Amino acid sequence: MVKGTDVDQLVEQFKSLPGGLLPLLHAIKEEFGYVPESSVPSIAKGLNLSRAEVHGVISFYHDFKTEPTGTHIVQICRAEACQAMGSREIESHAKSSLGLEYGETSADGLLTLEPVYCLGNCACSPSIRIDDAIHARVSKNRFDQLMMALQTSDVPVKGAKS
Amino acid sequence: MINIFVPQDTTALALGSDEIASLLTESISSRGLDVKLIRNGSRGMFWLEPLLEIEFEGDRFGFGPITMSDVPSIIDVLEDSHSDLKNIAHPLFLGSVENIEYLAKQQRLTFKRSGLSDPTCINSYQSLSGFKGLTKALSMDSQLIVDELKNSGLRGRGGAAFPAGIKWQTVLDAPGEQKYIVCNADEGDSGTFADRLLMESDPYQLIEGMTIAGLAVGANQGYIYLRSEYPVAHKILNHAIKEAYKAGFLGENIRDSGKDFFLEVRLGAGAYICGEETSLLESLEGKRGMVRTKPPLPAIEGLFGKPTVVNNVLTLGAAATVLEEGSDAYKNFGMGRSRGTLAVQLAGNVKRGGLIELAFGATLREVVETFGEGTFSGRPIRAIQMGGPLGAFLPESQWDTPLDYEAFAALKAMIGHGGVVVFDDTADMAAQARFAMEFCVIESCGKCTPCRIGSTRGVEVIDRIVANEDRDDNLILLHELCDTMELGSLCAMGGMTPFPVQSALTHFEEDFGLNSRRDH
Repeated sequence: MVKGTDVDQLVEQFKSLPGGLLPLLHAIKEEFGYVPESSVPSIAKGLNLSRAEVHGVISFYHDFKTEPTGTHIVQICRAEACQAMGSREIESHAKSSLGLEYGETSADGLLTLEPVYCLGNCACSPSIRIDDAIHARVSKNRFDQLMMALQTSDVPVKGAKS
Repeated sequence: MINIFVPQDTTALALGSDEIASLLTESISSRGLDVKLIRNGSRGMFWLEPLLEIEFEGDRFGFGPITMSDVPSIIDVLEDSHSDLKNIAHPLFLGSVENIEYLAKQQRLTFKRSGLSDPTCINSYQSLSGFKGLTKALSMDSQLIVDELKNSGLRGRGGAAFPAGIKWQTVLDAPGEQKYIVCNADEGDSGTFADRLLMESDPYQLIEGMTIAGLAVGANQGYIYLRSEYPVAHKILNHAIKEAYKAGFLGENIRDSGKDFFLEVRLGAGAYICGEETSLLESLEGKRGMVRTKPPLPAIEGLFGKPTVVNNVLTLGAAATVLEEGSDAYKNFGMGRSRGTLAVQLAGNVKRGGLIELAFGATLREVVETFGEGTFSGRPIRAIQMGGPLGAFLPESQWDTPLDYEAFAALKAMIGHGGVVVFDDTADMAAQARFAMEFCVIESCGKCTPCRIGSTRGVEVIDRIVANEDRDDNLILLHELCDTMELGSLCAMGGMTPFPVQSALTHFEEDFGLNSRRDH
C-alpha cells in the first residue's frame, strides 16, 4: 500500500531541516492521507531518533492519524463560541445522521468525522470544516446540504490513499 | 475603471465570498463592464460579511451582507453610468464604509490597513505606509529599538501581558551568536480571531514586526508557528513571505542595510497546548508539545537552546506601529499599565460580531451593547466568557469592568487574548464548567499531575454534583481540586482551567442544582 521509497524520499528532503519532524509528518500526511505505522522506521533512521520518539510525536498531535481516513475530513467545532450558538445540536445531528462517532469513517470511505477546537470563525458560529473549506452559520439543514454535496461531488481527492 | 472589493478572509469565504466573486467576474465580463474585482482582506465587521465595496471618488461604499442573489442588482448599479454611487437605493447599501459606526468608533492602529487592499500585494502595503517602521529600525542601533518598545508600554497580546520591551532587552543582553524570533500564531482560544485576521488581511505587518524584532535583538532567523486550523492564513502568509523576499524586505542584506533576516512558517498539528510558549518551542524543535519548566526563560534558552523572543502575532504587529508612529504616540492610548489598543474579538451568541480595536479602558458592557447590540438569538445575555477557554464566566454585575489587565486580574478573570464569547439565557453553565474540565482532559500535555489527572477527576466530580450525589462533599472536593490545579500546575492550562469552573459555580450555582433550578 505504501511504497517505502516515497517515504524515504520525503525523509531525505526534510532530514537536515532544523526541527524537521513536524514538517516531514505533514508532508507524509499530505502524500498518503495519514502517517502509516510502516513509515516510522524510515523516519527514525533518517532523523536519527528512536522509533519510540517518532511514535511519541505522532501520537501527541491530533492531526497525525496512523490509520487511513475517509476521502474527506468533516470537522465540527466544539469550542465555546460555537456552543453558544448551538453547536452541541449540530454535533449530535451530525453523529446521528451520519451514524458515526468522532474518529470514525463512513463505510463507503467517503468521510471521517472529527471534533475540532476553534476554527477562528467565532463571530459567525457555528462552524464546520470540510477539508480546507470552512463553513459559517451552519444549521442542521445546511449541514445536510453540505453532506449531500459531498456525496455527489467529484472534488479531486486530497491526500488520497494510494 | 471602477474598483470593487470582495474579501478573501476565512469568515467571508465561509459565508460564500468565493462563489460571489466568481459570479461577479462572470457578470462583469459578459456585460463588458470596465470594473476590476479586487480580493481584499476583511475589515473585521463579520456581521456584514460578505461585504462588497465599490470605490468611487476616493471613498469606498459598501453593500452587505450580500448573497449570490444580490449580485445581479449590484451589477445593475455598476452598469448604470448615471449612478451616483454615494447615494444608492439598494436594501443592502451601507454608505461610506469608513463612516459605519462600528468602524468609525474604533481606534484602529494594528488593524488600520485591514480590509483596504489585496493582502498579498506588497505595493499596496507600501502605499499604505507599510515598512516605514522597518525603514526607521534599519537605521537605528539595537538598543534604541528596544528602548522604543519599552517606552511604548506594549505588553504581550497573547494573554500573559508581559512587557514586550523587557523580553526583547533580555534577549538582546543574552550572549550568543544565534538568536531566534518566534511568532506564536497558534491562536487556539475559542472566540479569538484577531491573529487570523491580521495574517489574512495585513500579513506584511507581521513580517515587518518580526524583522524589526530581529534587528532589535540580533536574531537573523524567524519562525511563525501557525495552527493547522488556519489554512487560509497559511496560504496568504506564504505568498506574502515570498513577495517580501523578492522585494528585498527579507533575506540577506535587507534593503542594502547589510542586515539579514530569514523567515518561514511552520505548521502546528492540532494541539491547543502548543500555544503555551515553551510547548510551542518543543513542537518547533520537532518534539511532542510538552511544557518546559521555567527557568530557564525562553529569552535565555529558547528554541534549540538559544536566546529566543516568543511574541504573539498582535504584539509583533504592534511593534511595527510603535516604530512607525513612535512610542509616545502609542502609549497615549490606554489606561493604567495597559497601554495602546486592545483587539477585542466579539463572538458567540452576538448580533454584530467582529473585530473591535479600542484603547484599553472601555468597559465590557460598552463593547457588548454598543458594538454587539445584544445577542444573535434576541434573548437576554446571561454570561460572557472573556479571554478564551481558560477565562472566567462573567455575570452582568461584572460587565462594567474596564478593559484593563489589572482590573480583570482583580476579579480572578482575564483579558487574555481579547476574546469575548457571549451566551444567552439558554446556556447551561454547569455544562460549560464541565466542558472546561473536559477540554483540559483532551488538550493537557500530560506533564504535570494536577492538570493531567485533575481535569479528569474534575469532569467526574461535576457530573456527581449535577446528579446530586453527595452534593455537599463533592462541592468541597471540587473546590479543593480547583485549588490544587491552580497552585500545582506547571502552566496556565491546568492553572487556569479552574477559572471558568469556579466562576460558573459562584455566579450560576442554580445550574448545578444548588438552588431551585432556573426554568429555561
